[in-house]
Amino acid sequence: MAVRLITDNCTGCELCLRACPYSAIDIVEDKARFNDNCTQCGACASACKFDAILLESSYSPNVDVTQYRGVWVVAEHLHGHFRRGTLELLGEGRRLAGKLGVELSAVLLGDGVGEMGAELFAYGADKLYLAQDPVLAHYRTGPYTDVLAGLINQHKPEIVLVSATPQGRDLAPRVAARLSAGLTADCTGLDIDESERLLVQTRPAFGGNLMATIVSRYARPQMATVRPGVMKALDPDLSPRASAKGDPSRTGEVVNVPVHLDERSMLTKIIEIVQLDADGRVNLQDAEIIVSGGRGLGKPENFALIRELAAALGGAVGASRAAVDAGWIPAYHQVGQTGRTVQPKLYIACGISGAVQHLAGMSSADCIIAINKDPAAPIFNIATYSIVGDLFEIVPALTKRLRESL
Amino acid sequence: MNVVVCIKQVPETTEVRVDPKTNALIREGVKSIINPVDENAIEAALQLRDQHGGPSTGSGSPPTSEGPPRAQSRGGKVTVITMGPPQAEEALRQALAMGADEAILLSDPASRGSDTLATSYALALMVRKIGDVDLVLCGKQAIDGDTGQVGPGLAERLGLPQVTFAIGLEVADAKLRARRVLDDFFEVVETKLPAVVTVVKQINDPRHPSMRNVLKAKRAEIVKWTLADLDADPKQAGFDGSPTQVIKVWPPEKRTGGKRLEGETDEIVGELAEAIKSMGIASG
Repeated sequence: MAVRLITDNCTGCELCLRACPYSAIDIVEDKARFNDNCTQCGACASACKFDAILLESSYSPNVDVTQYRGVWVVAEHLHGHFRRGTLELLGEGRRLAGKLGVELSAVLLGDGVGEMGAELFAYGADKLYLAQDPVLAHYRTGPYTDVLAGLINQHKPEIVLVSATPQGRDLAPRVAARLSAGLTADCTGLDIDESERLLVQTRPAFGGNLMATIVSRYARPQMATVRPGVMKALDPDLSPRASAKGDPSRTGEVVNVPVHLDERSMLTKIIEIVQLDADGRVNLQDAEIIVSGGRGLGKPENFALIRELAAALGGAVGASRAAVDAGWIPAYHQVGQTGRTVQPKLYIACGISGAVQHLAGMSSADCIIAINKDPAAPIFNIATYSIVGDLFEIVPALTKRLRESL
Repeated sequence: MNVVVCIKQVPETTEVRVDPKTNALIREGVKSIINPVDENAIEAALQLRDQHGGPSTGSGSPPTSEGPPRAQSRGGKVTVITMGPPQAEEALRQALAMGADEAILLSDPASRGSDTLATSYALALMVRKIGDVDLVLCGKQAIDGDTGQVGPGLAERLGLPQVTFAIGLEVADAKLRARRVLDDFFEVVETKLPAVVTVVKQINDPRHPSMRNVLKAKRAEIVKWTLADLDADPKQAGFDGSPTQVIKVWPPEKRTGGKRLEGETDEIVGELAEAIKSMGIASG
């Protein structure tokens, strides 16, 4: 990847100067000139209105892969907290870095987030690249891509891991395309082929009906988005109630990345952020107990049975795709390949047959209780406790019993 | 306004089987459809076209002093594009039957084996060749690959802003306002056009084509391009242009079930309550 100036087209307008996060452009005699700070991140090319800066990115299998060393995890945070997937990725990244004999680095972009860095070390990072600017306060594709692509160009990690959250799945493909790197989506398994120092990536496709193993043999960095709820964090207790916060004795090196961004050169503005109602804020991915309802409920009102059981247990409410598609419950409750992947200690599936796309999202729960009237329902193949019966009888009875005895 | 919609032809079902000898997908007897959420992208494009000056072939409404001058002054059309084997033409005909104005198929044996990067490269060349595009729409992800990487990859290759996971879209004054649906919140963003947007299923209900449109679409011309028509660099297409390699494909292991509880509701409920209590997690 390279950024090239077409001097004849340059008007010296300074748009690129404003867009450059790394202060790498000077205007000399009315023409832009790149200085030593340039990371080839490409921000200037998107900003130029006169076709004077070209971003040339093409994939070549002839990259010198030995130049690339280290494992990176891109940290994702919201309202001052890291997402669960980030902490899980650090645990997995630690394991991969150990196999490769390299450092594990976290990359944290934001504004006023410096103090959060300690937690990244506690969960496994050796080093932290910290880039702070008011423009980075809330995630946006453009500036995050520019800063991250620049850092990768500069430091050349061999592996870059990103959570397969909406944010990660917005950012990673943009960065991978800018760098012409290989990117594997929504991985559920990672490993190292030590003979070739290759990242071996496993992921489901076709709604979980098929597994594929994918490598990026000749391209660097090897990039993957990784499904939250699958990997194990160093400190496995990530529930909001847990007091443990990784290993606080772990520390590491902070690399402050000097970035300067200008709101005026941002193409996209965030107008409004709308929190979901209390029901929607229930974070399925952090829940220890989930009670889910499916087609067997028959109508939306019957979700009350699910909510009551969940309330009796202090758990969250989930749903199958059938229930969401029928419009009985909002999509943010959906568990499965196209919804959330969850890993609770207890999952109670009520009136859910267990299509493979649902199983893909919940089969790693520690204990699964399935209640369904169809004895042939596939959910029974994975359930810890299978109850063939009428959920309208069993669920309220269980709620009552739990209310009395807990 | 001119909208390009990128669609993908996919197997109708995700219940695919793998040939145990070759590890290749068994596609025989499986019907092909437009990737479902791509139909939502087509619907969104048709609605935008109709709100902002209909197809340029019609009489159209004259430009008004208010309103977006750029979009209304020159009508607009919806062009649906895909890359795939020759039979992907069928998916394009369905899109025409829904009301799209033009359809272009990129079919070239040399694009076989394209991963999401190589696909983004080829689609970007198509959009550039079409030219004069205000908006590119894609579905969030395809039901076969489940990657969702082509939309952002295409935006990058075109050097345009991207908006992913859109559940609502409005266009005014050469600006796009979109509502994005994310994990725990909605986000309303505004971006300059042209832009690339990926939509989620909840954005709309795709229309059903009328019989008349189906018949019209059957006779319609599908423009066919090859990589050479796009002056594509052969090293950036197909297997050669794909940094990722699939080295193994297999059906997931089946898990075996645990304990079956039978008998009276009371007994079952009692046993479940004991099991749950013994986990020591329920907070009541």
